[in-house]
Amino acid sequence: MRIEGYGRIDRDTPLNFSFDARNFQGFKGDTLASALLANGVRLMGRSFKYHRPRGVLTAGSEEPNALMEIGQGAARTPNVRATMQEVFAGLEAHSQNRMGPLRHDLLSVNDLLPNFLSAGFYYKTFMWPRAFWEQIYEPVIRRAAGLGSLSGQANPDRYETGFAHCDILVIGSGPTGLMAALTAAEGGADVILAEESAHFGGRLISEAEELDGQPGPDWVAEMLEALHETGRVRLMNRTTVTGAYDGGTYGALERVGLHLPMTPDLPQECFWRIHARQAVLAAGALERPIAFPMNDRPGIMMASAIRSYLHHHGVAAGRKVTLFATNDDAHRTALDLMAAGVEVAGVMDSRTDAQAQGDYPLFAGAQVISTRGRQALREITIRQGGSEQRIETDCLGVSGGWNPTLHLTCHMNGRPVWNEDIAAFVPTEGAVPGLTPAGACNGVYSTSRCLSAGVAAAGAALQAMGAKAPEMEIPEASDSPGKARALWLVEGKGRAWLDFANDVTSKDIKLAAQENFRSVEHMKRYTTQGMAPDQGKNSNIGALALLADATGRAIPETGTTTYRPPFAPVSLAAIGAGGQGKAFAPQRFTTSHEASVARGAPMIEAGLWYRPSYVPRPGEATWREACDREVTMVRTHVGVCDVSTLGKIDIQGPDAAAFLDFVYANMFSTLKVGRVRYGLMLREDGHVMDDGTTARLGETHYVMTTTTAAAGEVMKHLDFVQQCLRPDLNLRTISVTEQWAQFGVVGPRSRELLNTLLDSPIDNDSFPFMACGEVGVAGVAARLFRISFSGEQAYEIAVPARYGDALYRLLVAQAEALGGGAYGMEALNVLRIEKGFITHSEIHGRITAFDIGMDRMISARKMCIGKPAASRAGLQDPMRERLIGLKPVGAVKQLTAGAHLFEEGAAPVAANDLGYVTSVGFSPTMGHFIGLGFLSDGPSRIGDRMKMVDHLRGVETLVEICDPVFHDPEGEKLRG
Amino acid sequence: MRIKCPLCGDRDSREYTYMGHETYLDRPGDEGWSADWDDYLHLRDNPAGVTRDLWYHGAGCTSWLLVERDTVTHDILRVELARDAKRGRG
Repeated sequence: MRIEGYGRIDRDTPLNFSFDARNFQGFKGDTLASALLANGVRLMGRSFKYHRPRGVLTAGSEEPNALMEIGQGAARTPNVRATMQEVFAGLEAHSQNRMGPLRHDLLSVNDLLPNFLSAGFYYKTFMWPRAFWEQIYEPVIRRAAGLGSLSGQANPDRYETGFAHCDILVIGSGPTGLMAALTAAEGGADVILAEESAHFGGRLISEAEELDGQPGPDWVAEMLEALHETGRVRLMNRTTVTGAYDGGTYGALERVGLHLPMTPDLPQECFWRIHARQAVLAAGALERPIAFPMNDRPGIMMASAIRSYLHHHGVAAGRKVTLFATNDDAHRTALDLMAAGVEVAGVMDSRTDAQAQGDYPLFAGAQVISTRGRQALREITIRQGGSEQRIETDCLGVSGGWNPTLHLTCHMNGRPVWNEDIAAFVPTEGAVPGLTPAGACNGVYSTSRCLSAGVAAAGAALQAMGAKAPEMEIPEASDSPGKARALWLVEGKGRAWLDFANDVTSKDIKLAAQENFRSVEHMKRYTTQGMAPDQGKNSNIGALALLADATGRAIPETGTTTYRPPFAPVSLAAIGAGGQGKAFAPQRFTTSHEASVARGAPMIEAGLWYRPSYVPRPGEATWREACDREVTMVRTHVGVCDVSTLGKIDIQGPDAAAFLDFVYANMFSTLKVGRVRYGLMLREDGHVMDDGTTARLGETHYVMTTTTAAAGEVMKHLDFVQQCLRPDLNLRTISVTEQWAQFGVVGPRSRELLNTLLDSPIDNDSFPFMACGEVGVAGVAARLFRISFSGEQAYEIAVPARYGDALYRLLVAQAEALGGGAYGMEALNVLRIEKGFITHSEIHGRITAFDIGMDRMISARKMCIGKPAASRAGLQDPMRERLIGLKPVGAVKQLTAGAHLFEEGAAPVAANDLGYVTSVGFSPTMGHFIGLGFLSDGPSRIGDRMKMVDHLRGVETLVEICDPVFHDPEGEKLRG
Repeated sequence: MRIKCPLCGDRDSREYTYMGHETYLDRPGDEGWSADWDDYLHLRDNPAGVTRDLWYHGAGCTSWLLVERDTVTHDILRVELARDAKRGRG
């Protein structure tokens, strides 16, 4: 029911929305909860376990009951709190956790079985038989329980992440936060003021309070104007600070577009990482419920929430309201409602000395002992002294006092401390370095004192930064925190709920204590108390008090569970924003990418790079046809392949040679200028790190190549060796991988091809195998390297990347004229396996130089990384698994990488495992499959027959162990 | 977590990768395998409190840093270039 003259909604802007397919009207400024209440809808959901009818309990992000599904289809979002969702035109909301219509939920039969569904029920019941768990129990329980459902489709909505920086982050914009923000800004700090709600002002928007003689909301508006004028405050509303982390880092979730009809330009949410030098926590406090029998009916809500709906949204939560309170503060609800013309049928105050603050029926020393009303509250029963009476009411406001919202102070292991004066936990001092809790979240409950606390906290933050705190005038405001006395539980017939969302009752806590789950942490897990979406914001302290009572301890002795991030639920889509689909990882493209794609080449990932798998020609139906043709083309004519993805590291300086001697196992100081050498790089533990070729371009100038996969790792390693081990050496290194486009020109006609393009032709004598030097290609200065990864006569030519596309097209066109063409990764792989060249399939981290037959490359004449460790006896044991080649010799002709090797007659079990296969391919040159692998004492086994078994793919092949070099073992071709 | 790189300033932890204890700066001089090598490669303390370890500012200036921090409070107490620290040790 709307109340004229109340609320900060825009009555000129009506908005149509639907709830469970029924159409309703709200106004701009409404939340879904306030609009539904205004329309007389009180049943908003069903509880988790018993499927009890539930209505809205709160007016904030702590809401445990009014959880809804918003939107439709793939964009549907479950578990949205109706108290946080703002109404917009066309909003579609659905109730959740029900079977059938909300009013007649079929699973509410659970409500008749509370004695069976008590704490630990699932643990005790669904134990046996074990096989039933996955097939029967779990699916049924999941169907019955659960909080909303996912669409099962990819989320099409846009989300974003961002970084923000400030001097002082102020969390919360009530009286404390506003004063803190203004103090900080006037003290010269850059400020972010984060407010969870759509509106700034905190409780000042929800109360009939005056500051400096003007209504709270007017004062808030003036403060916002003042903050704006400083030019130093970034106002972030709809932004929940969700976590406090090391080094002044805070996580925050901003609801950017959730309050508006979907627009393509606006993200739904943005997850911020805010870095602040100092922070002020001004998060306020949350009113806590009282556990009394049947306290969960729709229409029973927090007393402060009733005031919020009245003052903020102009909604009376009921027509005939009653209150049940333990403190003076809640009496305001009665006064405010009466001022708005709403009937107040009675205020039950558990304190016998409670005083009425106005003209309403006060029942001092009274408690609510039962309630009635199936779908919504109709009547309450109260007990005062020895007598009981029933009161007709459709809305009961409850207040058990307030709990400081200290959650963020627990995020770095801070344990709250019990304050007996306010019967609540308050933040422990210095819980989060740089974060100062102030105001209600620090246990300060009067508006006037909160204003001063905000000024003091910001002043302290400024001083910590070395700035001076400005003189501030404290506005005049109420200074009556009121009196309170804690009441946790009203004993009586019927269940008294603590955790509404998870259906935990006072009985469950007692049962946990009785079954010896006496620690808070055990009780929590046994009963699921505090494990629902509200994370116990409404119920943890009450449950703790009951546990303390049941175990005969005081609350501080019983301890408390602490709160972990996030403060409020954060959608994974927001945290992972920017990382969906192709944005998951950066994509690196070579200069020949477009030309390859234009030729229909399927591009495959190689690390972050994309490389052509093969380059198909018309009539080729499978990748194998293309691959076989490309291999043969390279062996008989000429092929062109982009090899720019290999890491290229430029190394210059007087000590470049000494540096390379130290990082490579073999010698590089003896390499002549104009020559290239294969290099083997070890890790300090003696295993192989990477391999590649390094060219000496000048006396003090080398260019190293690394494998594509290890380029980053090698660069980091070189930086480590230079900076941490050998800062005495004078040299510099830099990655030039992306500055140079480099192409392999491979095959017997490669020199012929190059000579059609080079400014001055080369021959075998002037440019022999492993030569390098500067050349001109079509007028462009290029580098030419005579190196081969295939065993054929081959060159690699490098040009500045801007010429890469043109040169690649030119090379391919010339190759085609000579009967060759472009080739891809599949052919490249087969070519290198045929030649017995290794890649990271072989040097996978557990391999030593000895294992690949290169131990003699570790130079005896110098020290190098990995040399001492490689000398360990265990790394040179002949029985180690060592590199071999293999080919099929039985009926089955297939080899598979990842298969294991066994003696022909041995059972293929782990105990008999002698080795494994690392690389395989069909060799058109040999006419059969070939493979590389590692076999115990491999070199001695050449010529033996063994069994290759691939347990995963179900392949078993008889193989012959052979030398890893299948093609041209004498190396005549690459020198030709 | 944030680390103040001496060259780049105060930066988010995601720009850095961790290597291990500062021991890695003190590579043994022995030519062959020895107990010192075993120590260097494998044996580390795991202190609750102040420790010094090596971090790489890979997404920044590519400097290796020697970071003194407290494993209990997560405070970063001191950051210097590993190059300078190594030179100081000789």
